[in-house]
Amino acid sequence: MIKARELTRRFGPLLAVDRLSFEVEPGTVLGFLGPNGAGKSTTMKMLTGFLAPSSGSAEILGHDISRDSVAARQVMGYLPEGAPLYGELTVAQFLAFAAEARGFRGEQRARQVKRAVDRLELGAVMGQTIETLSKGFKRRVGLAQAILHDPPVLILDEPTDGLDPNQKHEVRSLIREMSPERIIVISTHILEEVDALCTRAMIIAQGRLLADDTPRGLLGRSRYHNAVSLELDELDRAASRLGELPEAREVEIRRGRLTVFPSGQGDLFRAVGKAIDDEGWKVSHVQLESGRLDEVFRNITRKEAA
Amino acid sequence: MSPANVLVVMRRELASYFATPVAYVFIVIFLVMSAAFSFHLGGFYEREIADLEPFFRFHPWLYLFLVPAVGMRLWAEERKYGTIELLLTLPITATEAVIGKFVAAWLFVGLALALTFPMWITVNVLGDPDNGVIVAGYIGSWLMAGGFLAISACLSAATRNQVVAFILSVVVCFGFLLSGLPIVLDLFRGWLPQALVDGIANLSFLMHFDSISRGVIDLRNLIYFVLVIGFWLLANRILLEIRKAD
Repeated sequence: MIKARELTRRFGPLLAVDRLSFEVEPGTVLGFLGPNGAGKSTTMKMLTGFLAPSSGSAEILGHDISRDSVAARQVMGYLPEGAPLYGELTVAQFLAFAAEARGFRGEQRARQVKRAVDRLELGAVMGQTIETLSKGFKRRVGLAQAILHDPPVLILDEPTDGLDPNQKHEVRSLIREMSPERIIVISTHILEEVDALCTRAMIIAQGRLLADDTPRGLLGRSRYHNAVSLELDELDRAASRLGELPEAREVEIRRGRLTVFPSGQGDLFRAVGKAIDDEGWKVSHVQLESGRLDEVFRNITRKEAA
Repeated sequence: MSPANVLVVMRRELASYFATPVAYVFIVIFLVMSAAFSFHLGGFYEREIADLEPFFRFHPWLYLFLVPAVGMRLWAEERKYGTIELLLTLPITATEAVIGKFVAAWLFVGLALALTFPMWITVNVLGDPDNGVIVAGYIGSWLMAGGFLAISACLSAATRNQVVAFILSVVVCFGFLLSGLPIVLDLFRGWLPQALVDGIANLSFLMHFDSISRGVIDLRNLIYFVLVIGFWLLANRILLEIRKAD
C-alpha cells in the first residue's frame, strides 16, 4: 500500500505539490492526470525518494520515504520521465548494472536480467549501445530496468510518451499484464490511456488534487454521459421533435451531428429509438455516449485556473 | 554505507570511461605530455642524475588541466541526461554514489599514472636511482590527483554544464595548487589575521606534494591529502542534495 499524507514540495516561491494525500491499494493501476507542470512528476520524484518533500510524508509498503528511503526504493521500480539511460553502455551492461544495484549477483543476476529481457523482447539488442537504439527500444530498456526485480510497486512517469501507436499498445499490454497484485502508478496527459489502462484516476492541477475517481466515475461527470448522438438528413426537424421528449434536457447540433442530452427521467436511448421508428427517419448512425474525458478534464482543471 | 554498492557504482562508471574515446584520449595525452615535459622542460638526460624529479615536477601542472577534464563529467553529465534520477532512486545512498564515482575516476587516473612505468624502467636502466623515492613520488602524485579530482567532482555537481564545471574546477584547483605563493596569499594578507594566512599557505598542494616526492613520506602530508579529498567529497554529497532538483 502507498500512503501519502499532506505531501508538499516547494521550489523557491513555487508550490509544485500542495498537501497531496492519498492511499493506493495493491491491484490498482492509478493514473495521475494533469496539465503539464501540474506536479505529477514532482509527486513521483518524492514517492521514489529522489526529492525530499518540503513537508508531509509518504509510506511505501510501510517504509517511510524519508526515514527508510533505501528500503522503500528496494520495493519500487521507477521509470523517470523520458526514460534516461546511460547511452554509452550496451543494453547488457546497463541491465547488469541495474541488477547489481538491486543486490543480485552471479546466477541470480543473470536470471533476473533474462526474465526482464524476455518480457520486453530485448534479446536481439543486448549487445547494442543504448544510444544507437530507437526510441521504442530505449523505452523498453527503461521499463526492463524498472521491472527487473519484480517490484510490488511500479512508478512510471509518462511511460508511453513519444511512442508510436504500436509501441504504446505494447507498453499498455505490459502494464496490464503486470497489474494484478501490484501497485502501478503512471502519469500521463493522454486521456484515452486512463480509460484503457487505469482502475483509478487522480486529476492534479497546480499541485492540488482535484478529482479522485474511477475512469467510469469521471466519465459519469461528463455532460455527454448517456447522451445519444445521431446522424441523419433532417437534422432540424429531428432536433425539434427530440427536444420535446420528456427524457431529453436539450439538443445540440454540431458538425452534422445531433446530440440529445438526458434529462434524467426514463430511458433516453429507448425514447430516441422509438421516435426514429415513429417518424421513419433515415438514420445513418446512432450512438449512446459514455462520456467524454477530455471535457471532464477541461472542466475540472479550468474551474481551478479561473 | 555498503562497500558492495560503492563497487557497483564504480564498475558502472569505469565501464562508461572505456565505452567512449575519453579514456584513451586522456591516457595518451597524459603519457605524451608527461614524457615531453620531463625530457624537454625537465632536462631528464642533461641533468645526468638518475631520478624522476624532472618527471614528477610537472605533474601538478598537468593535473591542473587534465584532472578537471576527467572530473567535469562525473555529475554534470548525469544531471544533463537525467540519469541522476535513475542512479539516486536505485537502493543506493547518495554517499555510496559519490564515493563510487570518485573512486572510479581516481583509479582511472591511477591507471594513466601507472602506465608511465617505462620512465621508471628507463631511469633504472640508465643509472641506479633510489627506488624508494620514486615510489614515494608515485604515491604523492596519485594522492595529489585525488585532491584535484575531489574538487572537480564536487564542482561538477554544481552545474549541468560540463564546460562550466571544468572552468570552475581549474580555478579552484589553481588556488589550492598555489596557495603557498604570493599570488594567492596577497589576496588575503591585507584583511585576514596572520594565523589564517599561514593556514591558507599550508593548504598548498605544491608544498605537500614536493615533500612527498622528495621521498619524505611524512604522515602529515598523507593526512593532508586524505583530509582534502574527504572534505571535498563531503561537500560534493551536500551539494548534490541541494542541487539535484534543478
